[in-house]
Amino acid sequence: MAELVAVIASTHHPFYYRASTSTGEDRPPFADEWVRKVEAFRETLTKARPDVLVMVGSDHFHQLWLDNMPQFLVGKAPFYDANWANEEREFGLPRMVLKGQEDLSAYVLREGLDAGFDLAFSNELRIDHSITCPIITLRPEADLPIVPVYTNIFAPPLPQPKRFVQLGRTIRELIESWPSDQRVAVIGTGHLSLELGGPRQFGPHGPDPEFDRKAVEWIAGGDIEQCLAEVSLESLHLPGNATHGFMDFMLMMGVAGDGRKADYVDTYDLFHTMEAYFTWYPEGGAR
Amino acid sequence: MSKYLLDKFLYTVDRDQDLVERYREDPVGTVEWWEAEYANRILNCVDDERSTWLAFEEAEREALRTHDYPALFAMGAHPFLTLTLFIAMFERDHEGLGFQLEYARRLAHVEMPYPDIST
Repeated sequence: MAELVAVIASTHHPFYYRASTSTGEDRPPFADEWVRKVEAFRETLTKARPDVLVMVGSDHFHQLWLDNMPQFLVGKAPFYDANWANEEREFGLPRMVLKGQEDLSAYVLREGLDAGFDLAFSNELRIDHSITCPIITLRPEADLPIVPVYTNIFAPPLPQPKRFVQLGRTIRELIESWPSDQRVAVIGTGHLSLELGGPRQFGPHGPDPEFDRKAVEWIAGGDIEQCLAEVSLESLHLPGNATHGFMDFMLMMGVAGDGRKADYVDTYDLFHTMEAYFTWYPEGGAR
Repeated sequence: MSKYLLDKFLYTVDRDQDLVERYREDPVGTVEWWEAEYANRILNCVDDERSTWLAFEEAEREALRTHDYPALFAMGAHPFLTLTLFIAMFERDHEGLGFQLEYARRLAHVEMPYPDIST
């Protein structure tokens, strides 16, 4: 069977690419420390020696639109073109092409349907910065095949938080039962507190540092029970109007397992939002 | 209210750089053209297979014509779509994050709960 060698949860900050590649007067003062933290985080994936990456993210109204909106969607294609014109325009992100791991996509779809998740699928998916940001930070060679998993954290009605946790648990079960000798890492990105297009946007910190502190505690401690007790679709409006992206962190807690403490935790308090990086090694310690 | 149609305007203009420029320079003409020609296009269908029923209400039309993003926020237009398009149009007129911070200031009167963005 395949081996789950790393579980990684991260924020996806679209400004990282520009900040880390800028020089001279264009380089922001927070860039050097940010790069240092990202490179240390990257090492947690590198030393797990994955062959395949399952990438959990959310389309930001790029390919998925309100006339046909899936809640959970799995890409099944041999290649994925990546990044969109408005991401090049606003964030300076490069165009990319990633290989797909189609047999794992097919397995996740078939077995996921049979496990009670009515997953949508796409045979031609252009992916966006929710998946390319962690490729840029964690695997800039962009050389490993991927299985993209998109969640709807963006266009209500949304699935309940517990559904994200359940999907995470199911993704783990499916990877561990996949008849293959591949080493698989799951990488999912979301947000802590975040405001976009509202009065609290682009402040000196994330819009709700207290929520961020609790969220990091829940994730780092694998405290799914407490997180589910305190987080609801309604409550997530309070820390910031885009904070429903936190549910992708909850999905990753489901992948990592109940009560499973993260093996690596780091944060970086930036303007606009707090960065947060977590890695779990399912068998304990990198090999 | 037709939040869906507001969102559709913001989405379809944002993804077409020519339309972004046209909406920046001529909002009245662009909104009139878009409602007549584009509002009823189903984005994944050929042009002949259009919807027949989508139209703005006057307050929505006026908010779009006047680039009034606080009004769009109050109507429940998706804040991500509004922000992304307005950054594309007006960030260039400000230094650094100046436009984003002005945007926040113009919404400073908003209290929780924010308008419902469900479509």
